[in-house]
Amino acid sequence: MNIMPYLIRGLATGGQFALVAIGYTMVYGILKLINFAHGDLFMVSGMLLIYLVADFPTMPIYFSILIMIVITVVIGYLIEKCAYSPLRQAPRMSVMISAIGVSYLLQNLVAYLTGGISKQFPELPFLSENIRLFGVKDKISVFLSPILAILLTVALVFVINKTKFGMSMRAVSRDFETSQLMGIKINWVISVTFAIGAFLAAAGSLLYFSKNTGINHLAGSTPGIKAFIAAVVGGIGSVPGAVVGALIIGVVESLARAFDLADFADVISFALLIIILVVKPTGLFGEQVREKV
Amino acid sequence: MKFWDKNKRLICNLCFILLLFAVLVIIQYTAPSTSMWFSVIRKVCTFSLAAVAMNLLNGFTGLFSLGQAGFMLLGAYAYSIFTISSDMRTTVFRNYGDSVVTFCLPMVLALIIAGLVAAFFAFLIGLPVLRLKSDYLAIATLGFAEIVRGIVQLTQFGPVTNGPDPINNFTSPKNILVYAAIAGICISIIILLINSTYGRALKAIRDDEIAAEAMGINLAKHKQISFVISSFFCGIAGAMFAMCNSAVSAVSFTSAMTYQILLVVVIGGIGSISGSIIAAFIYYASSEWWLKFLDLETVTKTGTKIPLLGPGFRMVVFSVLIMIVVLFFRKGIMGTKEISVYDGIIKIKNLLCGKKEGAK
Amino acid sequence: MDNNVLHIENITMQFGGVVAVDNLTMDVNKGEIVALIGPNGAGKTTAFNAITGVYEPTNGAIYFNGNKVIENFPKGKMRKLYSGENNGLYKSSIVKTPDKLTKLGMARTFQNIRLFKSMTVFENVLTAKHIRRTSNLFTATFRFNFKEEARMRKETLELLKLVGLEDVKDELATSLPYGKQRKLEIARALATNPTLLLLDEPAAGMNPQETEELAEFISDIRKKFDITILLIEHHMNLVMDISDRIYVIEFGKLIANGLPSEIQSNQKVIDAYLGVVEEDE
Repeated sequence: MNIMPYLIRGLATGGQFALVAIGYTMVYGILKLINFAHGDLFMVSGMLLIYLVADFPTMPIYFSILIMIVITVVIGYLIEKCAYSPLRQAPRMSVMISAIGVSYLLQNLVAYLTGGISKQFPELPFLSENIRLFGVKDKISVFLSPILAILLTVALVFVINKTKFGMSMRAVSRDFETSQLMGIKINWVISVTFAIGAFLAAAGSLLYFSKNTGINHLAGSTPGIKAFIAAVVGGIGSVPGAVVGALIIGVVESLARAFDLADFADVISFALLIIILVVKPTGLFGEQVREKV
Repeated sequence: MKFWDKNKRLICNLCFILLLFAVLVIIQYTAPSTSMWFSVIRKVCTFSLAAVAMNLLNGFTGLFSLGQAGFMLLGAYAYSIFTISSDMRTTVFRNYGDSVVTFCLPMVLALIIAGLVAAFFAFLIGLPVLRLKSDYLAIATLGFAEIVRGIVQLTQFGPVTNGPDPINNFTSPKNILVYAAIAGICISIIILLINSTYGRALKAIRDDEIAAEAMGINLAKHKQISFVISSFFCGIAGAMFAMCNSAVSAVSFTSAMTYQILLVVVIGGIGSISGSIIAAFIYYASSEWWLKFLDLETVTKTGTKIPLLGPGFRMVVFSVLIMIVVLFFRKGIMGTKEISVYDGIIKIKNLLCGKKEGAK
Repeated sequence: MDNNVLHIENITMQFGGVVAVDNLTMDVNKGEIVALIGPNGAGKTTAFNAITGVYEPTNGAIYFNGNKVIENFPKGKMRKLYSGENNGLYKSSIVKTPDKLTKLGMARTFQNIRLFKSMTVFENVLTAKHIRRTSNLFTATFRFNFKEEARMRKETLELLKLVGLEDVKDELATSLPYGKQRKLEIARALATNPTLLLLDEPAAGMNPQETEELAEFISDIRKKFDITILLIEHHMNLVMDISDRIYVIEFGKLIANGLPSEIQSNQKVIDAYLGVVEEDE
């Protein structure tokens, strides 16, 4: 049996998950919040493109994609401003519940607007074209996904580690109050974090949905959960960890398919999650924290 | 007299519960069979129990677990498999030959088994998973629920779980008093537990884990107790859910169900049993009944269509309402307090008396 | 040594390359009040956490009432990293979690008060009685233990009377003034029926008058409860007033031990504090 196509497809899905997982991991790193709405934002951005292409057929597709990305970023920003920032002083559980509420709202809103019907994702030029590489014939988006994920991660890690903004991001994630005292505008840092997360989710949704046929209002939950698992497996809060975790999850699930265990794919990734959490409670790249007595 | 002083709150609350039960009896025997009351009350009873069980874990022990849907699924399957009437069994399991369970148990026994199955799995995964802290525990339990949902649907387990096909034709009473009785008994047991010395130990863990351990409370053991008991009652709630729907299918036990229960707990107040019950009523009565009109395209007498109304709009309004509660009424309806009918009566009395004095 | 309550033997705590407590050996005898003092960052609280089971010591052993309760030796990465003494002396590894030690009769308080926030004063103390229950989950839930429950409540009330918190028993623990919260924390520890009470900086954040009251209170409970006390403290006044013996550590190492009068005139101790003693007064 030829494993290569499965491996490549696994890496592709992994790369797409990675783009979403980074959003989870960055938000968690800064706010210590599991942003349950992130997967739904991913779905919304896919839906946006469908509507943009359908409603403005004369508009060039690249322009539609650009508008879609901008709107997604704005939504990501608005979610943070409306649902999370009022709860800055609240217990963590409240914020998490607010995130669940946002996820619920996005799903229901989309279900209402679309009538709960699955919509066809438009054929994208270039991304949806087929090519042959390593003896595998598949869409360009498949080959592009892992490369894009890694490139974006490298860029992001560079920003976080080498720039002044990255430094303030790291400071905010360490200690909210102290960084505020040091003159860092924490609300701005948080907003930008959400914007970056939303941008990556939009990019991920382009790649992810270009190979899938339809999207409905629940289309975000599975990739959302998978990406989230990836973030946790890699060690939530760590950007490279999220990417490694996502690639592992993608490949493992794809290999499960290769060995005719497709039914078990979900079970395997969840089992992987629980095993990793039990063996290394903070994930592969996570930091151990010790509570002070 | 002394007895009255000591127990007045309890007695008043018990009277109030009896009154509620009487109302249910009246509804059961007088309301028309098409009344929405029936389906709403069945749902409310089911999810009150689920919410109270979740509250025991999240509100009283401070363990943020999101595995409720998984335990409910286990309970629902266990219950339905053991109560399929023998003449229908081969029909239900037609795709897999026959069920491995070849007998039919009485309802109460099956309910207890439903709880025990959920509790057993909770015991197994509790050992490793409960060492995890807050968010990680939430994720791991959420993951567990998804695993269970995935495994149950596998065709390999067909003879036990009927694979992805739904199970039906099992004992599913429709009398709302049955639901009220099951939920009432289970919730009473949880209340007794919470007010016992074990309940205090659990609250101590919620308030300060390190101090609780220093006071000699075995963290692992008590967390496990809370987790297993909570799951036991989730299992029973799952069985009730199966009874409500007369059919069980793994697809209904998604994480969305856990979130729903969580929202009920939050709306009622994390750490308040009566809050959970009130919230369950408000939540399911509004989503299944009172807000139903939002889903219908309505045309007024003058012939204009009311804007926005249409399929799905109810859920949008509903989620906006939930967001409002979460953002602006963070403590929920009850906070961490419990309802006390006696104090309520005294308050109303004082209010009325005060008015009278003012009139003089 | 029949009257030895706590014997700490060659305890070393090392975090990575940092040796926080170095080869600490000390004894606490029955009925004594023993103080462990040292400048900031000397490793007092770390030692305390090793004794109470919060941390696993890297090396050494602890005996409580003559029984070995904790023993450890450098393992894993520590085997190479270990820079303390007595390597190889301890071969077995006995680890007890704090709750087990409390059950054996050690009870502690915390430097930054840790009360059960949602509970009243009465419930805080009552909760600590949980450890001495004979009921199991079933009998407790269905109230077959009502006699024991009544006894617990009675004892709690008596304890609150003894420590003078009876008048505030139905108030929320966190609504009490600071001094009373300290007292409550001690009362809660006493509710576990300990033979040894460990106090972690009980006078932290108190004004001189409150400190004086606390000194009286501590001597008082020793008599009333026939108990042994080990405390960590910064306030020299308090330590000199009430302790029978004092151990002084600096940079994790024991530099002196003896009667309060001996410690006061010990040059090493004075050097270690470099005038901190005066400043504190």
